[in-house]
Amino acid sequence: MTAAVARPGRRLVQPSILPGFPLAIGITLAWLGLIVVLPLIALALRPAEIGLSGVIETLTQPRVLAALKLSFGLSALAAMVNAPLGLLIAWALTRYAFPGRRILDALVDLPFALPTAVAGIALTAIYAPNGLIGSLAAQAGIKIAYTPLGIFIALVFIGLPFVVRTLQPVLEDLDTEVEEAARTLGATDLQRATRVVLPTLFPALISGVSLAFARAVGEYGSVVFIAGNMPLKTEIAPLLIVIKLEEYDYAGAAAVGLAMVGAAFAILGVVNIAQNALVRRGRA
Amino acid sequence: MSLAPAREIPNREGPERPAARAPIVRLPGLAPLFVLATTAIMAVLVGLPLFTVFHDALSKGTEAYLAALKEPDALAAISLTLTVAAISVPLNAIFGVAAAWAVTRFEFVGRNLLMTVLDLPFSISPVVSGLVWVLLFGAQGWFGTWLMDHDLKIIFALPGLVLATVFVTLPFVARELIPLMQQQGSDEEAAAITLGASGFATFWRVTLPNIRWALLYGVLLCNARAMGEFGAVSVVSGHIRGLTTTLPLHVEVLYNDYDYVGAFAAASVLAGLGLLTLILKTALEWRHADDLSPARKH
Repeated sequence: MTAAVARPGRRLVQPSILPGFPLAIGITLAWLGLIVVLPLIALALRPAEIGLSGVIETLTQPRVLAALKLSFGLSALAAMVNAPLGLLIAWALTRYAFPGRRILDALVDLPFALPTAVAGIALTAIYAPNGLIGSLAAQAGIKIAYTPLGIFIALVFIGLPFVVRTLQPVLEDLDTEVEEAARTLGATDLQRATRVVLPTLFPALISGVSLAFARAVGEYGSVVFIAGNMPLKTEIAPLLIVIKLEEYDYAGAAAVGLAMVGAAFAILGVVNIAQNALVRRGRA
Repeated sequence: MSLAPAREIPNREGPERPAARAPIVRLPGLAPLFVLATTAIMAVLVGLPLFTVFHDALSKGTEAYLAALKEPDALAAISLTLTVAAISVPLNAIFGVAAAWAVTRFEFVGRNLLMTVLDLPFSISPVVSGLVWVLLFGAQGWFGTWLMDHDLKIIFALPGLVLATVFVTLPFVARELIPLMQQQGSDEEAAAITLGASGFATFWRVTLPNIRWALLYGVLLCNARAMGEFGAVSVVSGHIRGLTTTLPLHVEVLYNDYDYVGAFAAASVLAGLGLLTLILKTALEWRHADDLSPARKH
């Protein structure tokens, strides 16, 4: 192989007897560059055309502000609700044997597997005033579809698998010694569940919830049908991008897109830091 | 985990783990309540939408259902969806194998950055995934004028649909392969090379057999998303009926035209695809758990 470079710590590629690095890295970089990097550069630079003042002006339009607030607010709410729901489902699926458990377990992935437009029209049909659940709610004077409540339900639907699937492996591989120790010390089952098991699940719960949140913020297909899309009331941020594009306001659309991506990453970053702190405290 | 190839380890009996190891908190008293609540939530939140798709598709009888699927626009949408997937999935599969080979078999500067970039499409809104292509190739995109001068069409045409689909499905295959290949290590490949096998023979006879189930799993998920993607393709499609409407977009067009049977009939095809994916995926998790990415073994 190649002769050793003077300072091994600074080699670009560590030598290996395996072949194929140039080809593999070539394909990888070319594809990533063309498909991911170039488009994201466009997303980052296009808003510059309208200048910082233009971007601020776009983002503070009442319609844009309302859409961003609605998307981020409802996504956070749906993710919070997914926490107890996901915990319950993950607990039941990992700790109890019951008929139909495997089918339920496979069904957890359905919101992933069902194309979003399909979920969107199905949810709308169910929760519309003439739908199965929508008509029941209408009798009680509650409107679900075409209101923020409908958007919220769609976001709970698509977020659920993230929480369940993050919790499941942790619940399965939990160190039984700790639970045993707690029992030896006289803790009841319920005490062990709430004081021993729950705290160890917390980091996983946070990452599941933040994944659900991130997905919900950008979600389009399963929400756009049930939302009703009334400006200032039930218009979600992704839809606003579509509308701006239809008006050929590319820079405005890019500004909203960039704000969504930026805000989502910022929130995920904060969650990540909080989670790491939590894990470290748990280990200390 | 040993470094031996996972496939030589006999499968654990069935997919289920042996009954819970003895001292584990199970709250047996709450079992009926928890199981009932779980079943109810899953039935209403997840089961009901699935049932609704097929129920509403067949609400005017099988004849209306079949007629909706035989309509020329529906057939064109199905064929367009298959075309887009047939181009996007192999490209991302090749990329996934190449990326996994580079990342798991070599140490190089920028490796972690590369893995971060690779995952980016998963954290970006589908609409933004479509938007970025319009910013590049749309009428007022960076290359819009150039494309127009050369009479090339990307946005509102097949290339745009493919690009948007490739973007959203890019990480699927690589994500399944990287953890598995990391876990398997490169000892076997190194042995093959040392014994004089060519690089290609090593990949074909050592690596590929070791990763084939994970590769299939990744391709399965990649394909399901490619065929079902809505947001990203919606932005670049232009919704020209019979020309640039993939099946999910066809669902939208019919639904907005108040053709519910037609919309749900098309949706039922996609739901069937989703169910099939789910069944195959679950079967792979049961039968080949040890040959899949460690994250899939639950």
